[in-house]
Amino acid sequence: MRVLGIETSCDETGIAVYDDKLGLLSHVLYSQIPLHADYGGVVPELASRDHIRKTIPLIKQALLEANCAATDIDGVAYTAGPGLAGALLVGAAIGRSLAMAWGKPALAVHHMEGHLLAPMLEANPPQFPFLALLVSGGHTQLVAVEGIGRYELLGESIDDAAGEAFDKTAKLMGLDYPGGPLLAKLAVQGDSKKYKFPRPMTDRPGLDFSFSGLKTSAANVIAKEGNSTQVQADIAASFQQAVVDTLVIKCERALLQTGYKRLVIAGGVSANTSLREQLAQLLKRHGGEVFYPRKEFCTDNGAMIALAGYYRLAAGQQQDLTIGVTPRWPMQDLPAV
Amino acid sequence: MNKATIKLLALDTSTEACSVALQVGTDILTLDEVCPQQHSKRVLPMVQQLLSQAGISLNQLDGIVFGRGPGSFTGVRIGVGVTQGLAFGADVPVYGVSTLAAMAQAAKRLHSATQVVAAIDARMAEVYIGSFVLQNGLMQPGSSEVAIKPQDISGFDLSGKVHAVGTGWQTYADVLLQKQPAIIAGDILYPSAQDMLTLAQPALAAGQFIAAELAEPVYVRDDVTWQKLPGRDTRPT
Repeated sequence: MRVLGIETSCDETGIAVYDDKLGLLSHVLYSQIPLHADYGGVVPELASRDHIRKTIPLIKQALLEANCAATDIDGVAYTAGPGLAGALLVGAAIGRSLAMAWGKPALAVHHMEGHLLAPMLEANPPQFPFLALLVSGGHTQLVAVEGIGRYELLGESIDDAAGEAFDKTAKLMGLDYPGGPLLAKLAVQGDSKKYKFPRPMTDRPGLDFSFSGLKTSAANVIAKEGNSTQVQADIAASFQQAVVDTLVIKCERALLQTGYKRLVIAGGVSANTSLREQLAQLLKRHGGEVFYPRKEFCTDNGAMIALAGYYRLAAGQQQDLTIGVTPRWPMQDLPAV
Repeated sequence: MNKATIKLLALDTSTEACSVALQVGTDILTLDEVCPQQHSKRVLPMVQQLLSQAGISLNQLDGIVFGRGPGSFTGVRIGVGVTQGLAFGADVPVYGVSTLAAMAQAAKRLHSATQVVAAIDARMAEVYIGSFVLQNGLMQPGSSEVAIKPQDISGFDLSGKVHAVGTGWQTYADVLLQKQPAIIAGDILYPSAQDMLTLAQPALAAGQFIAAELAEPVYVRDDVTWQKLPGRDTRPT
């Protein structure tokens, strides 16, 4: 079975073709980051206006690179949520209609399920069950995964997502948008023990997160210490360590609670080297293994949507002729496969 | 192109209405629903219903005509996205028609109008507005389409009987009538895809339909200013 995947939930237009026998045949991505940089964040209307110009040309490119005719495609999968409603609607309208014209089934994919399954695209995919830490600009969630569509939410952020905390702190430091990756780069030159940042909600039981207080702490340090390059690097390193420590502590609790020995990390923040290293150490201590997608599939992409769509289409699920999008969509609501 | 064999689909989701029409030769099938916020759920089933009724498939079409706006940004994009997906998938060309022109054409069809001012309530205390004049049976633009405060319109350069169509005239009748005397056609509030079929005939005959990926919305309101960071160029994007 060969599936076309379409991702337009935020500020990346991603298209891919996945084949269950041959693996990923092509994936193309157009990032709108420069478009939104002047605004310091994603402007939803501008994102939607860009998606509608880019999606079909990228589909053509992905089919071409996959050396694939329209008749070779067995299904179309598109991100239907969560995300920006207007942006989701572009990919959903195009994807659902395209499937209708091809006479093939369509599937509305949950964006976070896409992230969660992204490590399945790698050479050493994790076996079920596993613990998943989903960390991006929009989400911080710990999920017990028993199989596709069998998800138990163990904990999540009650305010800012981890990636959001990175970006907001970077903005306070005057770094360009999106600042999270720049902050992580700066952290390499800094002393992670220089400043004392809180490890929010680690002093009480439970698996929820809170990251909104961290940027306030960062703002206080910046106000007191100034904004020289070394201070910036030290703040970056100390801030990053606070986030990583918090995530590691909660992951360890979740591993003990579930008894799982496999941890999947996915989402934009899973590209963070320091987080990967320290979670790898954690799993080593517990005699387990950590799994993550290659860096280009940590951020939004069409490959993970094609893959998630494949699993569900192969199980016979499909979307009727309504172009449904669900901007707020708890992952536990998904049916099991 | 032989008119007796033309197969053309038209759809529009730009306003509160969801409208689909199918031309097969001289027969026209239409479906019009007023379903605010439900277009994404209704449009493809409506297309499917008309295709089934006519017993044809998408790849038998000569093209797809779409409402290109102005209207709700999201609504216009649903229609353009659906058109792109259907047309790319069926490998047929597309053509965009103004929602204002379609309502003007409806005034010709229903009231034998020859001059029309069409206005859509654009929210934010503005209207999308344009004037149209009948030439050879088709409504042609007599002005450019703009988004403007109703009190800021200057009268259009029209002589004789003027018909007024669209939701803009419902919301701002008093203000608009002061600047532009007109007969309000209260039965034409929204664009209808069947009038888009009519307006697209010359372009089809002239081979002016375009590739699916070139289908683009016409927002009219392009100068919406989003707040940029301090020191960044403030030109609208």
